[in-house]
Amino acid sequence: MQPIEDQRSNAYEDQRSTVYKVDPAHPESSTLPTLRTEELLLNMGPQHPSTHGVLKVILELEGERIVKATPVMGFLHRGVEKLAEDGTYHQFIPHTDRLDYVCAMYNNFAYCRAVEKLMNITVPERAEYLRTIVAEVQRIIGHQFWLGTQALDIGAMTVFFYAFRDREILLDWFDELCGARLTTSWYRIGGVERDLTPSLTEKLRRFLDYFPPKIDEYVVFLEKNRIWLARTKGVAVISAEDAVSFGLSGPTLRGSGVDYDLRKSEAYAAYPRCEFSVPVGKNGDTYDRYWIRVQEMRESVKIITQCLDQMPAEGSIMADVPSVTLPPKDRVFTNLDSMIQQFKLFSQGFDAPRGEIYCGTEAHKGELGFYIVSAGGGKPYRLKIRAPSFIHMGAFDHMSRGYMIADAVTIFGTYDIVMGECDR
Amino acid sequence: MHPIAQRLQREFPGGFVKSVEWRGDLAVTVRRETMHDVAGFLHDDPDMDFDYIVHVSSVDWPDDEERFEVVYEFYSIRKRHRIRLKARVPESDCEVTSLTDLWKGADFMEREVYDMMGIRFRNHPDLRRILMPDDYDEGYPLRKDFPLRGKGWRDTFEFLNETRP
Repeated sequence: MQPIEDQRSNAYEDQRSTVYKVDPAHPESSTLPTLRTEELLLNMGPQHPSTHGVLKVILELEGERIVKATPVMGFLHRGVEKLAEDGTYHQFIPHTDRLDYVCAMYNNFAYCRAVEKLMNITVPERAEYLRTIVAEVQRIIGHQFWLGTQALDIGAMTVFFYAFRDREILLDWFDELCGARLTTSWYRIGGVERDLTPSLTEKLRRFLDYFPPKIDEYVVFLEKNRIWLARTKGVAVISAEDAVSFGLSGPTLRGSGVDYDLRKSEAYAAYPRCEFSVPVGKNGDTYDRYWIRVQEMRESVKIITQCLDQMPAEGSIMADVPSVTLPPKDRVFTNLDSMIQQFKLFSQGFDAPRGEIYCGTEAHKGELGFYIVSAGGGKPYRLKIRAPSFIHMGAFDHMSRGYMIADAVTIFGTYDIVMGECDR
Repeated sequence: MHPIAQRLQREFPGGFVKSVEWRGDLAVTVRRETMHDVAGFLHDDPDMDFDYIVHVSSVDWPDDEERFEVVYEFYSIRKRHRIRLKARVPESDCEVTSLTDLWKGADFMEREVYDMMGIRFRNHPDLRRILMPDDYDEGYPLRKDFPLRGKGWRDTFEFLNETRP
């Protein structure tokens, strides 16, 4: 075992033990002994069940209060950005599934949007609606997962079963849509892989009728639960100014009252054609962020319903740019040109122009962005992933100081971190 | 030229190198000595008001005289505009001034750039590796001269070489 001292930052070495002297103005100060207190170091993780994967935090404690928290990350680092430089643009799509493995659809979506911006491709209207529908289904799944696990971590077990029961319906729906429940790879550059079948549409409509009363069910378990309220209200408070300065995004930023949502400000996909509101909190605490996520599930139901109603019944699901986008799968086996197109795109990729773009997408955790530098040719020269989980961990020390050890669990949870995305 | 780039050129005639607008993104390159002043101006000036840091990144161009490029991306939540601020850094003096005093979020993002590309940030409060292990000594993985499979450290783990039945 390595001694703990070696793993710590040297910058804080001198603060480790503090000698507390009795106030000299105290009448009996000369007779009282000097109290010597020492800060305790506690390693939390990397195998702690509530750290959502492999996150380690070194907590410096004074009694049970956190004086300083140093996150130690990288246990799940797989060098995804390096791998991206070695493959073609199409080949990177399955890698994005493994970033935030709970919500793979969003990563696919954010990546494909970035490449489309690089290649200047316009996606057909029906595909835009399909993408919006699936992205919002994924947002519901993400929030259900968050709600279940966060409540479980804090000590309210019941809601976990309810949230996961309903999440299962949507995962089965994904299974029918693309053949996988988690690692979906359904989005393609320029469109989507396959269309909704009548059975899928029917199932989704049934879910939209079924789901809103279930949200009320989740809420009943929590909003009247004294433990939940005591452990979320006023915990992990961050002011709007600090939240912006730290670069937080998504519900974590909106909980502090900052109205910033890329779905509104960038107006991509079918979002400008849907009516929905962006819930914004007031106090910047864990409870407000919880409230926002619950409201977002309701808004997602509205968005999906509108998309299903407005979506053109017929239409292409893939942009027709043969040099970049894939041919329809059924034609690959029957048509020689399509087969050559598919083969060339997967073996050599397409020739991207020189240049660089940044494209951010509002995932359910926050702004998931891709910064792509192209030096021409079929592979990205540099691909940087702006992962919300990683950036949220930057604020962990600031947000946890002064709270109890047990609140550290609440604070990881409130960011909705997934280490696959954090460590990349 | 984009009005923000024009303004920067007027305010920092010595530090401004070039501005590029492509696919709707504005990218301004400045000299690295003036990087902190330009960033301070972008952060504090009421017309600029870039209060939100999006990401910090780096690019390696091994054939160029000034090998590395540090990339910052800022957004203004009130003004709804964004800018990419870049500076070139030579390999011999691989250091830029940290922007952690302007945006708190720059702390972890700059640490990642240091870890992956080896660019040091002056005045950074805690410049250590963040994703790679603290005692990792094979260099900086995202540099172009770093092989994809690593430099051999990975093969020293015994469990990787076990023959499977």
